[in-house]
Amino acid sequence: MSTFLNLLVYGLADGAILALAALGFVLIYKATSVINFAQGEFLLVGAYMFYTAFVVLGLPLVAAVLVGVVVATLIGVLVERFILRPMIGEDPISIIMVTIGLSMLLKALVQMFYGTSPKSQPAILPRSSVEFLGATVPLNRLLVILIAAVVLTAFTIFFRRSRHGIAMRAVADDQQAAMTMGISVRRIFALAWVLAAVSALIAGVLLADISAVDQNLAGFGLMVFPVVILGGLDSVPGTIVGGLIIGLLTQFVSGYQDPGLATVVPYVVLVLILLVRPYGLFGETRIERV
Amino acid sequence: MSTATGTPSPGTSGALVPGGGPGAALLSLNNVEVIYDDVILVLRGLSLTVAEGQIVALLGSNGAGKSTTLKAVSGLLPSEHGEVTDGTISFRGEDITRVDAAQRVTRGMSLCMEGRHVFEHLSVAENLVAGAYTRSGKESAEDLDKVYEFFPKLADMRARIAGYLSGGEQQMLAIGRALMARPTLLMLDEPSLGLAPLLVQEIFGYIKRLNTETGLTVLVIEQNARRALEVADHGYIMEQGRIVLEGPAAELRENPDVKEFYLGLGEEGGRKSYRDVKHYKRRKRWL
Ligand SMILES: Nc1ncnc2c1ncn2[C@@H]1O[C@H](COP(=O)(O)OP(=O)(O)OP(=O)(O)O)[C@@H](O)[C@H]1O
Ligand SMILES: [Mg+2]
Repeated sequence: MSTFLNLLVYGLADGAILALAALGFVLIYKATSVINFAQGEFLLVGAYMFYTAFVVLGLPLVAAVLVGVVVATLIGVLVERFILRPMIGEDPISIIMVTIGLSMLLKALVQMFYGTSPKSQPAILPRSSVEFLGATVPLNRLLVILIAAVVLTAFTIFFRRSRHGIAMRAVADDQQAAMTMGISVRRIFALAWVLAAVSALIAGVLLADISAVDQNLAGFGLMVFPVVILGGLDSVPGTIVGGLIIGLLTQFVSGYQDPGLATVVPYVVLVLILLVRPYGLFGETRIERV
Repeated sequence: MSTATGTPSPGTSGALVPGGGPGAALLSLNNVEVIYDDVILVLRGLSLTVAEGQIVALLGSNGAGKSTTLKAVSGLLPSEHGEVTDGTISFRGEDITRVDAAQRVTRGMSLCMEGRHVFEHLSVAENLVAGAYTRSGKESAEDLDKVYEFFPKLADMRARIAGYLSGGEQQMLAIGRALMARPTLLMLDEPSLGLAPLLVQEIFGYIKRLNTETGLTVLVIEQNARRALEVADHGYIMEQGRIVLEGPAAELRENPDVKEFYLGLGEEGGRKSYRDVKHYKRRKRWL
């Protein structure tokens, strides 16, 4: 029972981080139809930016988070403006190639400035444990789940209620019609990249805190693909459910079976689900009527 | 009534008084030429004027360039690889030929695209909020109530997903959404497209009411010339990228050529089938 509870908490924490990382991917795909293969590297860069502000520059936690957010915003804007915008109208394969190139570039830049060995960063979340239904569960995982839930809720409210959030969904639905409402499509594209970079920063910082500040962060980001295909490329609630399923699944398989199998399992489930539901679990159904 | 002969002949509408006020030119296109993809010439020196406070109908057969005209006015051409290569478009006396689309909305024009184009995955209320993108939150909350008051049906369906509304409901939503930008000029591209005759009448009723009750200026494209000329003050008829005929709606309704080609009435007054009209059209063109 205690193993079960522990795996549950670990799985939910992984899943919550995956959901945050996948959220950025889905935003970009929904608003701009670009498949961003650099989402994992956004996590990596985010974590290293925070490390730089927090450890290298020695800023207080809140200031370091703010610096991270500002830098992530900047990266989002620059990537959209100078890498993706010139590609508007090019065919999807070229755009995919560009995002793969971007992922390699970001990874190389991180290696160039920070080297390949892990960086030590003091723990931000408490390392203590709490007793919970007879099991000892780590507090930091519980906090990761909480923080991710708050951030995801904030994003959801943004998309449902705010003018810019609704405008973003409008652009995702029908670009030309959005233009007739005076919505600047370019600005929305930039906004999508910014939000993706910021959510990846938060995911990266949380992940680094429960694992380590190193190159593997980008590898974890690769799991975004099973998550989004499971949840549906264009569904925000889908990324949350998809993230949690993949997170739980890998932890349970790794705990009860073996860790090697756990790395394959997400992809097996992915194929099975695609066979039954090609748009993923929550993919927007194409509305068809006259 | 004047029949243009290739050169623009404005002035017939008596709507070229500069400055504001009813009767002044709100929108004018002067010898506008539009080319798509650098080679496809669609508008060939089109000139027209929309006077403030009027309903102006733009009529013409399929492919004449009516939608292109509205896209040129609202600045949507760049997104379709089109470009105004000659001539000027001015709105409220200012040249807007090169102004970007979002700016034009802020300056007071709103376009309802052909085929409604509601945001299918957004609710009715969210569609309307999106329409008010250029306005402040407080103003748009007021306007939302006004739109619901004007289209009570939309108020009942505010939480429904727009993609599942009927065609008529979607058209009301598209018009309501365009109104949320609080335009001085509303442009409608075939609002009756695909609607049953009764609904067409309802939609045109709304257009007329908007014009009389709020003084909104309307430029409307229609295939159904009869319906359009009933509500319009002034009409323009397009062929192959040019205006070939224009005049007050009442005069156009009585014009024998218009009757024959656009109202589907022959000399003897009987209704002609669309096929016959098409056939005639091939033999006799406007120019
Ligand atoms: N994006 C485009 N690229 C190339 N050619 C275009 C484009 N849009 C329209 N055209 C061409 O321009 C011409 C005029 O099209 P437009 O849509 O303006 O006609 P219309 O008068 O609105 O016709 P309809 O009554 O069928 O809506 C057509 O021959 C069309 O093929
Ligand atoms: Mg058209």
